[in-house]
Amino acid sequence: MRHFLMATAAFAAIATAGLAAGAEAAPNTQYIPLPTYRVGPYASSGTLWWAGEIDYFRYINEAEGGVDGVKLDYQEFETGWSPDRTVEVYERTKNGKNGEPVAFFFTHGTPATYALIDRAAVDKIPLIDPAGGRTESADGTVFPYAFPLLFDYYSQASVGINFIAQKEGGFDKLKGQKIVTVYLDSAYGRETQPAIALLAKKYGFQNIQLSVSDPGSEQSAIWRQVREIRPDWVFLRTWGVSTPVAIKTAVRFGIPVKHIIGDVWAGSEADVIPAGSAAIGYEALAPYPGGANFAIDDRLRKAILDKNESNLADTKFFGAVYYNIGLVNAALAVEALHVGHKHFGNRPLNGEEGRWAFEHLHIDNARLAQIGFLGLLQPINVTVTDHEGGGAARIQQWDGKQWHVVTDWIQADHALLEPLIKAKSAEYAKEHGITPRAADAED
Amino acid sequence: MPAFVSDYWLGVVLVPMLVLALAGLGLNLLTGYAGQISLGSGGFMAVGAFATFNLATRIPGLPLPLALILGGLIAALAGVLFSLPSARIKGFYLMVSSLTAQFFFEWLFQQVPWFYNNASAGTISLPNMSVLGINFATARGSYYLTLVTVTLGFWLAYNLLRGNTGRVWTAIRDMDTAAAVIGIRVYRYKVLAFGVSSFFLGIAGALWAFAYLGTASVQSFDLDRSFQVLFIIIIGGMGSLAGNFIGSIFILLLPLLLDRISQGVFSGHLGEGFLQNVEKVIFGGLIAFFVIKEPDGIANLIQSLRDRVRVWPLRF
Repeated sequence: MRHFLMATAAFAAIATAGLAAGAEAAPNTQYIPLPTYRVGPYASSGTLWWAGEIDYFRYINEAEGGVDGVKLDYQEFETGWSPDRTVEVYERTKNGKNGEPVAFFFTHGTPATYALIDRAAVDKIPLIDPAGGRTESADGTVFPYAFPLLFDYYSQASVGINFIAQKEGGFDKLKGQKIVTVYLDSAYGRETQPAIALLAKKYGFQNIQLSVSDPGSEQSAIWRQVREIRPDWVFLRTWGVSTPVAIKTAVRFGIPVKHIIGDVWAGSEADVIPAGSAAIGYEALAPYPGGANFAIDDRLRKAILDKNESNLADTKFFGAVYYNIGLVNAALAVEALHVGHKHFGNRPLNGEEGRWAFEHLHIDNARLAQIGFLGLLQPINVTVTDHEGGGAARIQQWDGKQWHVVTDWIQADHALLEPLIKAKSAEYAKEHGITPRAADAED
Repeated sequence: MPAFVSDYWLGVVLVPMLVLALAGLGLNLLTGYAGQISLGSGGFMAVGAFATFNLATRIPGLPLPLALILGGLIAALAGVLFSLPSARIKGFYLMVSSLTAQFFFEWLFQQVPWFYNNASAGTISLPNMSVLGINFATARGSYYLTLVTVTLGFWLAYNLLRGNTGRVWTAIRDMDTAAAVIGIRVYRYKVLAFGVSSFFLGIAGALWAFAYLGTASVQSFDLDRSFQVLFIIIIGGMGSLAGNFIGSIFILLLPLLLDRISQGVFSGHLGEGFLQNVEKVIFGGLIAFFVIKEPDGIANLIQSLRDRVRVWPLRF
């Protein structure tokens, strides 16, 4: 028993030691904690992503003097993509730093969003997870503090099918076609299934779902199966190492790469370069198109890259898909703060004000041109009932050296998907005893 | 103690530390006391979490503490099932066979949607965490729930180890042939060790999922978790109850401490990626140092220090 008491005493000592409270005069600075993963299995994509975010925040601070004069104080915390560590980072930072409040929290990963969704609703901190997150949280009446911005999983499925229909020359041509979805067996991989099932029923195509078990570095068995099915189209929903392996194996089994459509997270340089020549002609959904020829890129070159201030270790990745993911996410946050400043005044915002700002985030083409994101970011209109606010993607094609954007924005079929999202969010509301807000609660 | 510390310390430092100490206790009973090596800890934690989730959501009105205990019992059953190979094999071969438990449960809870109530992303969370007016979803509530559960668990284990069962386990660990010769039914006690160990691991898994994370999926209980629990008992001390706490503090708090130091001291001077990798190197180096300097764990190091201090002025 003595050991036991000693251990308890040790807790008390440790627990009380680290208590420090610093409440200074509130500075005119917005605190932005960033849970990142520069080490671990997904570090290669993460590193570019954070570089994009940080370069844009730095550009706003240095070239534009902050967002309406409010400087951004961003701070990185390593998580190794582990949701457990992200929870710790969230708890550590949710109350701000030295009087600088937190207006939103980037989760940088779907599992982390799931782990935080209930806490954030209690703490009133908006969770921002563009092109990811919990799909039904697009219904802001039930999930006031979760924002699967830009392009949720159902929209990914819908745009994928819409693009196939466009290629075939109309939705009526889909009838009787075989569309195989090859997905990584994980939460992310399965999230689109209800949407594709619904679309299959509507358009009359055959929906075949085949899973690749994590991490997916050997896939011969699956692609042999795909070969036997002889599909008209393959929708590839893999991530990480499983994507290049899938493309290579598919081509080896004689499935034309031009009939494989990759999802967002299977459409970066890291996904196609290892696949070599097999990936030439491969197309993928791009809510974040790759490339360094957008207007913002010139501004960044002048203000950040030419001064050697970029967070990129190697500037040849400037314009890579993951770098652009970081740019777009940072721009969404900056625009939301800007919207908030117009309403609350030019000062740092807290979580509740941050939610108001994101719920009134409206970016039209004129504004996109002004901030230099025309073509890189789609027009955004977030409301209480629609926390996604976008729902479109362009299609980009790999030519063996770089990605080329080949279409304009293709919109998801929101009218069809909304009842599905509503049903799921209603189920959540019932389980958790939440009374949904009225759609006009914030007007 | 909760009166003095912030929610941050309660919710994300003390709770996971206590939970991992309980998981360490589970494995320590099996490995440190009964001498059976296992790498299936994560799998049994998953069983506990998913069982508790299913009991609490499918049986209306079942109070959380009861669901927790039943979840632990189901995990114990799973442990008994996977202890069957221990009749024939031991040592490294048993460790490999315990890996099947890890991979089987990871596969099961991923592939069969019934276990996570057909949720779209395969995650589980308890909507209602209140019992008798205490809401366990708050930092304080979850801390008390964890503290009481872990204290009871250690009290139970302490008594078990001081009784006949504990002595028999130690006999099996030290030499199973000799134990059999003096009339101990070795196989039966090995199975019991697996069962009791999995019971504690299962409860730890459920606490990890619901008291700490709030929402969990099978990824929270992967092979890394099994290794983490194994490291806790190796570093803390095999065959020591306090060692579980020490190991859990070491594994969980040292990375946080290193992170805080590097954030405070070096932030802005060195590249973030570089800093993170240095942290990993330091952490790994410390593990290597302690394992070489004190193979019996930090608990033993403290014990011998204390013995030395006690006789210090009059050593001869």
